[in-house]
Amino acid sequence: MAQTKVALPSARLDTELARRLLTQMQLIRRFEEKAAEMYAMGKIGGFLHLYIGQEAVAVGATSVTRLDDYAVSSYREHGHCLAKGSDPKRIMAELFGRIDGLSKGKGGSMHLFDKSVNFLGGHGIVGAHLPLAAGAGFGIKYQGGDQVVLCYFGDGAVPEGEFHESLNLAALWKLPVIFICENNRYAMGTAIHRALAQTEIWRFAETYGIHGEAVDGMDVLAIRECVGRAVERARRDKVPALIEARTYRFRGHSMRDPAGAVYRTKEEVEREKLRDPLVIFGERCVKDGALTEADLKLIEKAVYDQVDEAVAFAEASPEPPPEELFTDVYKD
Amino acid sequence: MTYREALNLALREEMRRDPRVFVMGEEVGLYEGAYKVTQGLLKEFGEKRIIDTPICESGFTGVGVGAAMLGLRPVVEMMTFNFSILALDQIVNSAAKLCYMSGGQYNIPLVVRGPGGPASQLAAQHSQSMETYFYHVPGLKVVRPSTPADAKGLLKSSIRDENPVIFIESETLYAIKGEVPEDPDYLIPLGQAAIRREGTDVTVIAYMGMLYRALEVAEELAQEGISIEIVDPRTLRPMDTETIVSSVRRTHRCVVIEAGAGFAGMGSEIAAEVQEEAFDDLDAPVARITGENAPMPYARNLELLKTPSKAKIAAAIRKVCA
Repeated sequence: MAQTKVALPSARLDTELARRLLTQMQLIRRFEEKAAEMYAMGKIGGFLHLYIGQEAVAVGATSVTRLDDYAVSSYREHGHCLAKGSDPKRIMAELFGRIDGLSKGKGGSMHLFDKSVNFLGGHGIVGAHLPLAAGAGFGIKYQGGDQVVLCYFGDGAVPEGEFHESLNLAALWKLPVIFICENNRYAMGTAIHRALAQTEIWRFAETYGIHGEAVDGMDVLAIRECVGRAVERARRDKVPALIEARTYRFRGHSMRDPAGAVYRTKEEVEREKLRDPLVIFGERCVKDGALTEADLKLIEKAVYDQVDEAVAFAEASPEPPPEELFTDVYKD
Repeated sequence: MTYREALNLALREEMRRDPRVFVMGEEVGLYEGAYKVTQGLLKEFGEKRIIDTPICESGFTGVGVGAAMLGLRPVVEMMTFNFSILALDQIVNSAAKLCYMSGGQYNIPLVVRGPGGPASQLAAQHSQSMETYFYHVPGLKVVRPSTPADAKGLLKSSIRDENPVIFIESETLYAIKGEVPEDPDYLIPLGQAAIRREGTDVTVIAYMGMLYRALEVAEELAQEGISIEIVDPRTLRPMDTETIVSSVRRTHRCVVIEAGAGFAGMGSEIAAEVQEEAFDDLDAPVARITGENAPMPYARNLELLKTPSKAKIAAAIRKVCA
């Protein structure tokens, strides 16, 4: 049951689907590039972890779920939140620390939450949201629902005890949780072979008797296919799965490590950039006749406009008033 | 009714009242609780709502937080609160902060309950006052119920609360008996202290085992003409500072007793609050009687030295009243 799957050549690409996937990936890419600019200008503070290079994972996985399904992620979660359907304006306002942000500016880049689209948050402690994902799966079953949970985390979370506790609980209790490890090969600056005795992360599924699979994390269609099967099984049989999406982050760990150059070679980064998921998918769309070069340009233009609007919205949004310091500490 | 039975009744009543309430933890079901607090619950409510977990405190506490995000009301049992250290990140960084970090979108109505505080010859890792680790954290409420009636009324309020509540019982109190109201809606609001004994010369603040020790000392010192008022805070966060301070304004003296090690303990906080609010009313500095600043030893003679004795408490009160 557990095996590495090679993406099968799909049927001819549907134009609407192609447009939707590419638009979302472009939106995340442009949003992140803009966020980096805004960070450099001092508009965004603290830590900022960019998702550039990994867009296919969030977009592909979300595209095979329903709006009422849940998603939860780490602190590198802008892409997951955007893919889930959150308003880029409100995400940018959150990054700016403004009152119209998703959390009224009190969460910031690492803590995006959007209850309106069942996005259970960006969590800042590595591995800590995996038990929460299991809890959401538990809650779905307890309430008799048929939703599933997508839980995204990096390879850095795999050595954490909570990864293993969560997989064990999800397997033991048959919870509908898809654990998606975005293996970008570096936990901050620590290469995977320096952190894990078993670097084939999908193989940990065997230990817990659940479905495990590795997939090309740069191929949005392969991710759709792989996560789609896991979602279908989870919805039908209430079973978890572990998917290892092999990807790469083109930028550093955070804006404080902009180049990510100390622990990896320039040659490696340049080589990986040849696998750019947006370029690969854009070419595929044109080759398949799903989109034209002109369509690609239009998509890019629309996305640029949308991100510019998000920045304008964030700029115009006021800072949270002083009384916000004390609201939401407790709920009445 | 015993303190243990009062807790059991509170759980049953709240589970009958609200199908969203479930109990999760190590040995809570088939084994009926390491300390039998959940006795009979599996039989009444079944495996869906009384869930035995593997030994993974961080994992199942996080499951509680995640389930609470979906609108459920989990009661997570720590077999003993000493084990909650393994779940500290889930309690402090997840449960306590999600409401704030999400701008109020996700509140976490989670109760984490179980026994804590000094026990009998359980040595350093199983016999310590864990409330200290939690009451510092904005977003958490911390309850220490000293009587069977409080055990019921405060646990029910904790389960109905919209926020994460740390509810620390005591192994040494499980068997004590007391009157417990039968009313299924008997609730004691969180953040409300109780005056356990009225007096005029000194206000003594104590809870759990130390409360009972203080009550005995108060009887003895009454013979010497010292009239002691005893305040049981019941909830450590939010703290009912108003009741404490108004008592001190009447007695002009204040002694805080705590079982845990004294450094940066509850006594430090209450002493600070009292001097800020009622400095001019004080006739003596606020005194702290605390556990010694050492881990809990196993040897019985050393264990007795670790926690404030009646003699030590009496001596400190006499000194403050001199």
